[in-house]
Amino acid sequence: MTALFRSIGSEFLKILTTRIWWILAIVMVVYVGATAGGLAALFGWLSQNPDQTGGGGRGLPTGAQLQPLVYGFATTVGYVFPVLLGALATTGEFRHETLTPTFLATPRRGLVLLAKVVVAIIVGAVFGLIAWATTLAAGAAAFSGFGIETNLGDSDTWALAGRGILAMALWAAIGVGLGTLVTSQVAAIVIVLAFTQFVEPLLRLAASFIDVTASIARFLPGAASDAVVGVSFYSLSGGAATDPLDWWKGAIVLLAYAAVLTFGGYFSSWRRDVT
Amino acid sequence: MPTGVPIEFSGVTKRFGAVTAVADLSFTVEPGRVTGFLGPNGAGKTTSLRMLLGLVRPTSGTATFGGTAYRDLANPLTTVGAALEAASFHPGRTAHNHLRVYAAAAGLPTSRVDEVLRRVGLGEYAKRRVGGYSLGMRQRLGLAYTLLGDPGVLVLDEPINGLDPEGIKWIRLFLRELAAEGRTVLVSSHLLSEVQQSVDEVVIIAKGRLVHRGTLATLDTEVAPHVVVDSPDRTRLGEVLTAEGFEFSTGRTGLLVAEGDPGRIGHLAFVNGVEISMLQRQKAGLEESFLTLVDGGEVVGGSTETTRVTDAAADATAEPAASVDAAVSTEPPAPEAPAGESPGRHADHDGEDQR
Repeated sequence: MTALFRSIGSEFLKILTTRIWWILAIVMVVYVGATAGGLAALFGWLSQNPDQTGGGGRGLPTGAQLQPLVYGFATTVGYVFPVLLGALATTGEFRHETLTPTFLATPRRGLVLLAKVVVAIIVGAVFGLIAWATTLAAGAAAFSGFGIETNLGDSDTWALAGRGILAMALWAAIGVGLGTLVTSQVAAIVIVLAFTQFVEPLLRLAASFIDVTASIARFLPGAASDAVVGVSFYSLSGGAATDPLDWWKGAIVLLAYAAVLTFGGYFSSWRRDVT
Repeated sequence: MPTGVPIEFSGVTKRFGAVTAVADLSFTVEPGRVTGFLGPNGAGKTTSLRMLLGLVRPTSGTATFGGTAYRDLANPLTTVGAALEAASFHPGRTAHNHLRVYAAAAGLPTSRVDEVLRRVGLGEYAKRRVGGYSLGMRQRLGLAYTLLGDPGVLVLDEPINGLDPEGIKWIRLFLRELAAEGRTVLVSSHLLSEVQQSVDEVVIIAKGRLVHRGTLATLDTEVAPHVVVDSPDRTRLGEVLTAEGFEFSTGRTGLLVAEGDPGRIGHLAFVNGVEISMLQRQKAGLEESFLTLVDGGEVVGGSTETTRVTDAAADATAEPAASVDAAVSTEPPAPEAPAGESPGRHADHDGEDQR
């Protein structure tokens, strides 16, 4: 147990002693803050000027859907940041050959990987905290500017935030798993960006037209993540005939992705000879 | 004071597919002295060290620290300090933070980080990012890592690579100091001249196999021993040698006989009544012996060591020291050229093999 705590301490220092964590955090704050604040303002303005909406306001979030959607951007848009952090933390070890001093200090490699996952989950949760603080602040500020209820006193809003932070933590663990499996830093970044921003959205959209594929698409990581949070662009657009997973099932699906990738990486690269 | 434990390689073999990188390697490295682990690039040194440190899994055999495999050491950094080729740093991390990461993993206090950085002379650069370090500074940082846990065993892969002359002088003294403290010190290098002033013992491998093991002094006496002998009547001397079954070649300063004991040649000449004008054991330079071992080739050039001429018939006018250069086997035979006139072609040697 002492050995695990030492490894966890070491992995924390690894993340905190390089610049990437706060660079990612700043970009994330700007990104989710602008999205939440901007769209909250847009919806606020549209609610005051209904005559300006194209197509008579079809597809616009209405009433109680609006606040969760805006606050939810912390996770539904921001989840790419904890994945990147987890993936960079792992692939960096391969890239800079720091696995050598790491395994010299802690020859039990499984322990090192476990410590990495634990630290990623904690740092991912902190990223979640920062992202949700950002969207809650930016969204609520925009809403109150247009006289829309912020729902900040509503316990549902805080439950939403809690689930969103959980999803962010799990995404960081998925990043670690992906990093051990792919090992190349460039490849990992390309895969994360291409999959989260392009491949999965297209898959979900395509799958949503048929019932069978729609129910399978619920298990895609982004869909499972949306299920954990409880809000999604896709459920708004009315395309999804299938109900999303329960939030806890979504969490289990994310955890399963993290576990499969990490175990795969452990056997394919982590246990290998370090030359 | 930490005490060293012996490093033991026992039948260690590593195959990468069809390629055998290390073959049945067995040797022991004792505490209290500096052992050089030598071999040309690609001989299997780094692979052997990585197997010793549990980073590479041997195909067969074991490498241990006093019987315990690296993976099974309770807190490895306090038993063994190892530095493998100088690239294992995150360039964005400072030297201080780099060491803090591993001190935390080993449960060592941060105060150790400052101590070891001072000891290797990086104290004032501790807060700089490693990305801006020179190769020599990285080597020192690698060394600082090995000292974190104040271990009794040090394993250093090519620690002299990239150091400036001052750094080389420093590390030589440093290694001797560590060994004098009772630690086990194993230092790899592909150049004997790089480490010959700091090592007591050598382990030489070539193509993954052990080719020599012993003190530094054994290197030039045991490898390809030759005797140089000359006589006013070379033809007669040659006949006598041939009759006794000695193999020899004719050089400028005399006959180069494949025999390590000058006494036997002297005795042979005495018994057969052949006058001898010169008799000496050829001592190959350390580097030449080393190259012979790793290439499996001929001993070329080198200096000679004059031994006491046992035969009363030896000509007192022979100039023993003047023929030091004895470039016997490299030069074409030129019997009429005066002995000792060729330029000192071993002047670039590192000094210790010349007297």
